[in-house]
Amino acid sequence: MKFRYLPQTDQDKRAMLEALGVDSIEALFSDIPREVRLNRKLNISKALSEPELTAYMKKLASKNVNFDTHVCFLGAGVYQHYVPSVVNHVISRSEFYTAYTPYQPEISQGELQAIFEFQTMVCELTGMEVANSSMYDGPTAMAEAAMMAAGHTGKKRMIVSRAVHPEARQILQTYAYGQNVEVVEVGYTAEGTTDLAQLEAELTDQTGGVIVQYPNFFGSIEDLAAIERLAHASGALLIVMANPVSLGVLEAPGKLGADIVVGDMQPFGIHASYGGPHCGYFATTTKLMRKMPGRIVGQTKDEEGKRGFVLTLQAREQHIRREKATSNICSNQALNALAAAVALSALGKQGVQQMAMMNLQKAHYAKQTIAGKDGLDVVFTAPIFNEFVVKLPKPVAEVNAALLQAGIIGGYDLGRSYPELAGHMLIAVTELRTKAEIDALAQELEAIAHA
Amino acid sequence: MHNQKEKALIFEISQPGRVGYSLPDLDVPEVDVAALLPKHLLRETPAELPEVSELQLMRHYTELSNRNHGVDSGFYPLGSCTMKYNPKINEDVARYPGFSSIHPYQPDETVQGALEVMYNLQQDLAEITGMDAVSLQPAAGAAGEFTGLMMIRAYHESRGEKRTKVIVPNSAHGTNPASANVAGLETVTIPSDERGLVDIEALRAAVGPDTAGLMLTNPNTLGLFEEDIVEMARIVHEAGGLLYYDGANANAILGIARPGDMGFDVVHLNLHKTFTGPHGGGGPGAGPVGVKASLLPFLPAPIVTKDEDGRFRLDYDKPHSIGRVKAYYGNFGILLRAYTYIRTMGAEGLLEVSQNAVLNANYLMRRLAGAYELPYDRVCKHEFVLSGIRQKKQGVRTLDIAKRLLDFGYHPPTIYFPLIVEECLMIEPTETETKETLDEFAEVMLRIARECEETPEVVQEAPHTTVVKRLDEATAARKPILRYMPER
Repeated sequence: MKFRYLPQTDQDKRAMLEALGVDSIEALFSDIPREVRLNRKLNISKALSEPELTAYMKKLASKNVNFDTHVCFLGAGVYQHYVPSVVNHVISRSEFYTAYTPYQPEISQGELQAIFEFQTMVCELTGMEVANSSMYDGPTAMAEAAMMAAGHTGKKRMIVSRAVHPEARQILQTYAYGQNVEVVEVGYTAEGTTDLAQLEAELTDQTGGVIVQYPNFFGSIEDLAAIERLAHASGALLIVMANPVSLGVLEAPGKLGADIVVGDMQPFGIHASYGGPHCGYFATTTKLMRKMPGRIVGQTKDEEGKRGFVLTLQAREQHIRREKATSNICSNQALNALAAAVALSALGKQGVQQMAMMNLQKAHYAKQTIAGKDGLDVVFTAPIFNEFVVKLPKPVAEVNAALLQAGIIGGYDLGRSYPELAGHMLIAVTELRTKAEIDALAQELEAIAHA
Repeated sequence: MHNQKEKALIFEISQPGRVGYSLPDLDVPEVDVAALLPKHLLRETPAELPEVSELQLMRHYTELSNRNHGVDSGFYPLGSCTMKYNPKINEDVARYPGFSSIHPYQPDETVQGALEVMYNLQQDLAEITGMDAVSLQPAAGAAGEFTGLMMIRAYHESRGEKRTKVIVPNSAHGTNPASANVAGLETVTIPSDERGLVDIEALRAAVGPDTAGLMLTNPNTLGLFEEDIVEMARIVHEAGGLLYYDGANANAILGIARPGDMGFDVVHLNLHKTFTGPHGGGGPGAGPVGVKASLLPFLPAPIVTKDEDGRFRLDYDKPHSIGRVKAYYGNFGILLRAYTYIRTMGAEGLLEVSQNAVLNANYLMRRLAGAYELPYDRVCKHEFVLSGIRQKKQGVRTLDIAKRLLDFGYHPPTIYFPLIVEECLMIEPTETETKETLDEFAEVMLRIARECEETPEVVQEAPHTTVVKRLDEATAARKPILRYMPER
């Protein structure tokens, strides 16, 4: 079989081996001990020609219910949003996607400038002073923020709200175990927001950080100003994980006193892709900038005084600090940061506000409509952005199975991560959902409830 | 030819009132926002994002792309990064709506195609590495290292042993000691010997009852196979430690030798390197982790399993797991590309990948060995290191040589790494490059070596043809400007 990615002809190989003074490629592996040689063919999936492989992968793709085949009301951290066509065209430019980390700035100005612009957009959205070039995803960015807060304050106790994404809290637990940081969870109220009385009770002068989500996992909008007062009064840093789309209408966490703002740029130009790759963002204050994990792009000048961009503040990073590094992150999500930057440029100042407002209006319409149906209850009372919780008279899995038959991908089963919320569904409504689709969802839910 | 002018930021071409998007009219009854959100939660000042037309946007990013070098632009022999060709079919597959437009919380029965890809990839990577099971969750190599070390730690703790030391050779990637640190383990650095391999006596002296494990890249960062690996594994195992395989250099051993057969207990692979990721300008990558049966209980959940009836599902039943390291199931889009690559190459193709990668590296090494110092003169694997010490005596540093290569349209090799070689150049040509490309690159490298002797200033002052000259990195770090500030 011939392989289209392998250019060496038999003649090339002979010429190269001759130049090396050996008679076979095998001679180049003489340093690998016989006892560890495989000496058989790998037993892996068979190779296919390009047309065969295309057909095979299309067949696998067609087995998946997707946003083209069904109407999606599922969110819980990953959303279906408008992706302007330009996004795919820009990120498909192979000068971007076939490059690596811009170690050689003179031939990487495109990537570096795109990231510098991305960092600026993150600062603008979050109201923070500095941002890095991106992290693996929102949840790992949150865990990194907690480790940074523990390191900076020297206080190895973190308080996280139970209204923070369950998987983000799981990742936090893993990171915290690694670095010997204690994690304390505080509950939520009947409003669907963090229990501030419990938070206040748990805050000690040994608490390094308070972590909340904005809007939180239930879609409810936390009172950041009140949380900020509590956190800072006890000397803890305030870490906010924010949905960036919501920041088109909600007050910027930076304005409300957050010390670190993280989240995922997935809603801007990045496809759901079964959960990844997405794009964590990380923003903080100038004061904390030298503690920030990850790659950072900075502006400078070349020898002729011309503006240019470089990777900077590298003294923080693993390749310099090695065993003293407080984060091991090396790669980032540059291509997805680019996708987000393109989406944010296309939407621009107006579009981001308009999109956020559409989410707000449509989600409220959906909430009202569903709340008006017999047998369906909207349980939390706090203001929402684009998600809300509905109590169903039947198990969520059962309801979702019925919705699928009606061409609808139903909401998140909160019982998966909150035993006390079994039978509760988290419904997401973005700008892409039409009134007709929302009405259909409400009708189907009512019908299923009474079936 | 590149535009030599200073490139405007997208914020600098913004004009109030321009748009580059199109959203439908609101089709639900509009409610006064004051009725929906209390005033103190409403944003006071909108984010200052650019306002540009669609064409302006495309020109801006097209110009930026023209100021960037990728594998498709030219040879990119960046050592330890495996800058091989990124197949286009991979990109197409990852964009099929059946893969790109699916939600991670959809019921398993609605994503059988995605789960099948992940299951098959788990199986194939386990076979390629000689491991018993694979988790696809870690987002990158460093995340894989953290995951693996946390599992090693959990393994010892489950046996009631407190083992805190991780042995790392001084040739290791910086992520190795950093990962050990964030996993709550201490790094013990051991030296390399005159062969460029781990000093086996130093290893023997370093192990003890506090040894959690050894982290090893094999072939190592000098591109040399650690030929004492069997003895090393015996030493570490007898001391009660485990072996971690850093898969950054796995491109040299596909179908030839497997970490599992060398004695490694846990391994990560960089799918963006060996399995054609692509690199994306710095990511996203993917760093799946494979383990031997002894570490199976500690894997992050969920793992994709196949039931007897042929249905695939996510198995969360891992009570002894180290926990979650990444949201959802890993970087699925990158996993898809890797699986597509494996299905393009098959067993025969992957074997040929490593054979040709090693052939290309040895050939290029021999072509350059006369003009540059070859610190370890033996058969290399997929990459090799040279030292610029001869050129340094002529007043030219390795950094200058790297910059001079830019003038010829090449991305330079990795420089000043590994740390144990003075004025280091680490060169990894990969298997996807032709002999002609290697010959042309070799000619340029030989020409630069001559320039170092005859006209060193040409090299010292390089690059001469790029859109910017050398940049002032010191000022960038001392007085950081990390975002655009409008002159308000």
